[in-house]
Amino acid sequence: MSDTLLEVDDLRVTFPTRTGLVQAVRGVSFSLGRERLGIVGESGSGKSQTGRAIMGLTPPQAEVSAKKLAFDGIDLLSISPRQRRSLRGNRIAMILQDPKYSLDPVMTIGRQIVETLRTHEKVSKAEARERALAMLQAVQIRDPARVFDLYPHEVSGGMGQRAMIAMMLVTGPELMIADEPTSALDVTVQLDVLKILDKLVAERGMGLIFISHDLRLVSSFCDRVVVMYAGKVVEQIKASELRDAQHPYTRGLLNCMPRIGFERHPLPVLDRKPEWAA
Amino acid sequence: MTAAIAIQGLEVVFDRFRALKGVSLEVREGESYGLVGESGSGKSTLLKAITGLAPVASGTITVNGKTLGRTRDKAFYREVQMVFQDPYGSLHPRQTVDRLLQEPLAIHGISDGEKRIGRALDEVGLGKGFRFRYAHQLSGGQRQRVAIARALILEPSILLLDEPTSALDASVQAEVLNLLEEVRRRRKLTFLMVSHDLAIITHMCERLMVMQNGEAVETLTASQLIGHRVSEDYTRNLLRASEGFVRTA
Repeated sequence: MSDTLLEVDDLRVTFPTRTGLVQAVRGVSFSLGRERLGIVGESGSGKSQTGRAIMGLTPPQAEVSAKKLAFDGIDLLSISPRQRRSLRGNRIAMILQDPKYSLDPVMTIGRQIVETLRTHEKVSKAEARERALAMLQAVQIRDPARVFDLYPHEVSGGMGQRAMIAMMLVTGPELMIADEPTSALDVTVQLDVLKILDKLVAERGMGLIFISHDLRLVSSFCDRVVVMYAGKVVEQIKASELRDAQHPYTRGLLNCMPRIGFERHPLPVLDRKPEWAA
Repeated sequence: MTAAIAIQGLEVVFDRFRALKGVSLEVREGESYGLVGESGSGKSTLLKAITGLAPVASGTITVNGKTLGRTRDKAFYREVQMVFQDPYGSLHPRQTVDRLLQEPLAIHGISDGEKRIGRALDEVGLGKGFRFRYAHQLSGGQRQRVAIARALILEPSILLLDEPTSALDASVQAEVLNLLEEVRRRRKLTFLMVSHDLAIITHMCERLMVMQNGEAVETLTASQLIGHRVSEDYTRNLLRASEGFVRTA
């Protein structure tokens, strides 16, 4: 299958702790084409560690194993760190949650974007600047030349996250991992950022992994949803069929949110069953 | 007419920045009142001004019929308690739950502490087994329960809630919201609750005020909001945003 961009089979991430080994990810399998895949779960469900393992950002003390972890036919677990670096930020990119922490505070936004570009491509300084400005324009920053010279603390959260998206897209990656890209933003700004992300992903035909705790948001944004609980995938479902979700955990997650116009007192809560984690 | 909290033309100024620009509101006794708005709209500042944690430049705040001056006395804090957004930041990391709950009792010289701590922990659904644990041994939801127990232990009549669930998972959020509703019903408390989430506010509150840039945009009842009977564009925007992402084909 040439359409498959990413194949994950039986991915495990194990952390050594004082009380023994802890498996944060316990046998996750899925495959991704040029589509939008959502990974949903609560904190501690292993969704972020799954994204980080694909990106190659697992902390050094942890161990990653898988029957197969392949990006475009390249076995990610057997290639050298050098080859991995050349993929990271180039063909696979990642957007992190909070622009306040994920952008370098002592470097202007423009320099950070140019740095990303020049790390992976041989381009002149002038051309890199041109492309960075064009990218800032593409994420709908009104005055790219001004924002180019600003430091991250001088822009708002929404603007910072757009700059982050610009930085990640400037190399034209084929796979984008977005780890809670809008959770730190206001609801109104959230939608703007999602709209930009949606448009760019569609235009460029990228594969997207959208990691979030917000099932409703993910289902409105993605084509397919993987629901994780305690390091395992409990359900994979088409976003359009989420209403017919089978697993009680997925149904519980959908139900427990207060919704405007639906009076339910008290709110239904999750009745966690030990067999879900088995 | 009994107003638990009445605020007239409240101004809060940090250096030269006006965080609140003449806000007025009235919360009736036993009512649950919501404040909604995006970050920087001044909703948290309003709560802080009531508790005396923000510099009030002008305007009056009246709580249970008493107009507040520059300082707050102990009697005020027995009536008004606050629960903060982040349970990871609002509990002392090196104190046990027991020690955390002792603190307000010691300040107010209350003697039946033993009984009250047991009751407060039961009330928030933690039980006595949690009494000698540290905050880092608890999950986010359990920590927020401790914070609620600490607020309830002085038996206040008014609770100020500053985004009490936004640091929690959706499933845990439901549990904490249910708990808050239950203690309000049982103790006939007045709530003034801040959230950026319209759905939470309509779920928890009877009336609400929409804020933007330190000013009140409009005041609505929950049913007006549910029926989309709003008059300001800003509120309409918030409503649309809360419905989630819609792809424009």
